[in-house]
Amino acid sequence: MASNTYDAIVVGSGISGGWAAKELTEKGLKVLMLERGQNIEHVKDYINAHKESWDYPHRGLATQDMKETYPALSRDYPLNEMTLGMWANEQESPYIEKERFDWYRAYQMGGRSLLWGRQSYRLNPEDFMANGKEGIAVDWPIRYEDLSPWYDYVEKYAGISGTREGLSVLPDGHFMPPIPLNAVEKDVAARVKKAFGGSRHFIHSRSANITQGINDIRVGCQFRNKCWLGCPFGGYFSTQSSTLPAAMATGNLTVRPFSIVKEIKYDKDKKRATGVEIIDAETNETYEFNSKIVFVNASAFNSAWLLMNSATDVWEGGLGSSSGELGHNVMDHHFRVGASASVEGYEDSYYFGRRPAGFYVPRFRNWDGDKRDYVRGFGYQGSASRAGWRKDIAELGLGSNLKDAISEPGDWTIGMTAFGEMLPHHDNRIFLDKNKKDKWGLPVLTMDVKIRENEYKMRKDMQKDAVEMFEAAGLKNVQGYDVDYAPGMGIHEMGTARMGRDPKSSVLNKHNQVWDAPNVFVTDGAAMTSASCVNPSLTYMAMTARAADFAVDELKKGNL
Amino acid sequence: MNRRDLLKFITAATGVAFVGGKALAYENLPVVPLSDTGFSKEDVAFFNELGEVIIPRTDTPGAKDADVGSCMAVLVADCYHPTMQKTFKEGLVTLKKRAEKEYGKDFLLLSAEQKMELLSALDEEAKAYNAKKGIYGDVAMSNPNAGAPWDEELVAPHYFSLIKQLVLFSFFTSQVGATKVLRYVAIPTKYEDIPYKKGDRAWAT
Repeated sequence: MASNTYDAIVVGSGISGGWAAKELTEKGLKVLMLERGQNIEHVKDYINAHKESWDYPHRGLATQDMKETYPALSRDYPLNEMTLGMWANEQESPYIEKERFDWYRAYQMGGRSLLWGRQSYRLNPEDFMANGKEGIAVDWPIRYEDLSPWYDYVEKYAGISGTREGLSVLPDGHFMPPIPLNAVEKDVAARVKKAFGGSRHFIHSRSANITQGINDIRVGCQFRNKCWLGCPFGGYFSTQSSTLPAAMATGNLTVRPFSIVKEIKYDKDKKRATGVEIIDAETNETYEFNSKIVFVNASAFNSAWLLMNSATDVWEGGLGSSSGELGHNVMDHHFRVGASASVEGYEDSYYFGRRPAGFYVPRFRNWDGDKRDYVRGFGYQGSASRAGWRKDIAELGLGSNLKDAISEPGDWTIGMTAFGEMLPHHDNRIFLDKNKKDKWGLPVLTMDVKIRENEYKMRKDMQKDAVEMFEAAGLKNVQGYDVDYAPGMGIHEMGTARMGRDPKSSVLNKHNQVWDAPNVFVTDGAAMTSASCVNPSLTYMAMTARAADFAVDELKKGNL
Repeated sequence: MNRRDLLKFITAATGVAFVGGKALAYENLPVVPLSDTGFSKEDVAFFNELGEVIIPRTDTPGAKDADVGSCMAVLVADCYHPTMQKTFKEGLVTLKKRAEKEYGKDFLLLSAEQKMELLSALDEEAKAYNAKKGIYGDVAMSNPNAGAPWDEELVAPHYFSLIKQLVLFSFFTSQVGATKVLRYVAIPTKYEDIPYKKGDRAWAT
């Protein structure tokens, strides 16, 4: 085997790329994993992991200079001194916003698996059927039953903390003990149950923070709530803590950082990919690597970008564009709407430790006979806590009174934010801008995505229902809010190379194969046919493991 | 893994993390020298004096113990929007003049009671001023990095609100403030309900 030839190439090293590498190498394939950014070695390169606020020159805050360098990132919380450098450089890798789009990219080994929210839920059976029933976009080519065994498989390996609830809207999985609710949350859960007769549920979040040690790398969550700094305890699922060590252990994995895949090489006679061409991000040299199969896991937008730049001599719009759907049907989860309230009493109760997750309220709208003037639904994520030193103390003036008052915990408050399903809409799309180029001379993406009527109607309920639940639970000073949402802020980009049943209306088939190149598999958010309202990463994991299993079978049968 | 093994692991992990060498992804920013802030040692001493009135040493350390002044200089230089920088700097001049006018002395030479009297008056004026400007919420409790370079219509609060904001943020994010005045446990290892009795300190984060 020549040094540039492998059985499989995996493009990207994030959540789904890591899974592809693990599964394919464990099945005996020689795999090359390509990462466009720098390497990050587990523990060693988590240089801020043990820093405290006082160890940072600006105590962790974003400076004006950082905002100048990262104008898009500066619009929300991810820009700060602690994770600076973990997000893609906007000067080197620009994009165009026809409509505002906040694109949070992590160009580095592990991708956003180091920077994710870790909330891990299964889609439910209805999620896979809703498009078909409602005549929206296209029907998923798979059903819950197709993915269910693979959810089992990835949950057992990834380690998800949570509780089994027996709810049809949020299928149970394999869980480690949950991250505890605190005294207030437990009582609010009971009051919600009483007030809504069991039609609404206030449960433990399900999170890829492990509450039991797994091995010497994955010691378990230490309740520091510093996940985004990289966890030296392997306390949550990331490529570095979980899939990469397994893939490396096989001896079958080669990892090449600083490798920007510019196109998938395509043999139009055989209708197969033959490998990829890359640019070395440091030297600007180009290289070719060959393989029997290619897994595209570059994150939803960059996976679509790669297809758009491949086989352009056959299809002007690139590999997968024959459907007319490549780059279309962009989805995210719309949020930043919900309610907060004060909780009276519980002055004799406090908590120890810092949780990386709180409570969850599964979808209840358009479910179980409920019918709204919009389709689909939303879930809530939230937590209760006591105010820290930042409390409204305007009346306390200055000096020792002020110091004493703000050194003690304040009253309990509770808040929750809704995450709503966004419908796939053909006009929500990304496309190449041939004029503007990035640092490496590659075309950049233009974003043209909006939320529409269904989402706007849903947002009213997302606020109103949160207020209603808190009021029904007897909480005080209940305040609804909607602080506006711009697409991308959910950091859940999906749909740009959707799965379907027909090559005329979808980019991928039911096994995540590109219809026009069956040895190319896309198993990240790009593949999603609809969004559900639950956090999507667990589904990418399951989908990737399923596709890898199928790919190796097909290889053995000589079908690829 | 038992607790002892965990402690060993923590020690090892901590060592490795600090020995890291070349900063790869997360940027390891250097400490900002005072000469880069445009403020002098005298300015820092003055900030510490202001800070000590707002957060005095009691049975626990105060603003001077935490050297809030050095932190304030860096925050104003690097994190403050130009509009806030201007308001803050002009405010310092105004404050010093007011001390001279009302007490016939440099602020630093005022008695503790006089300092408290002056700053308390400013605190009241700041509240009224902010309300008139339509600035709601407690500015003093917000992060000292509002606005981005391209924001041209940022409305600055009263300068004393900025002073108070810088002192509180610098103090409670300092090691002294977080660990000696508030409570902080670096590696809690668990999350659980605990009883609370009046007087127990809040967690730093």
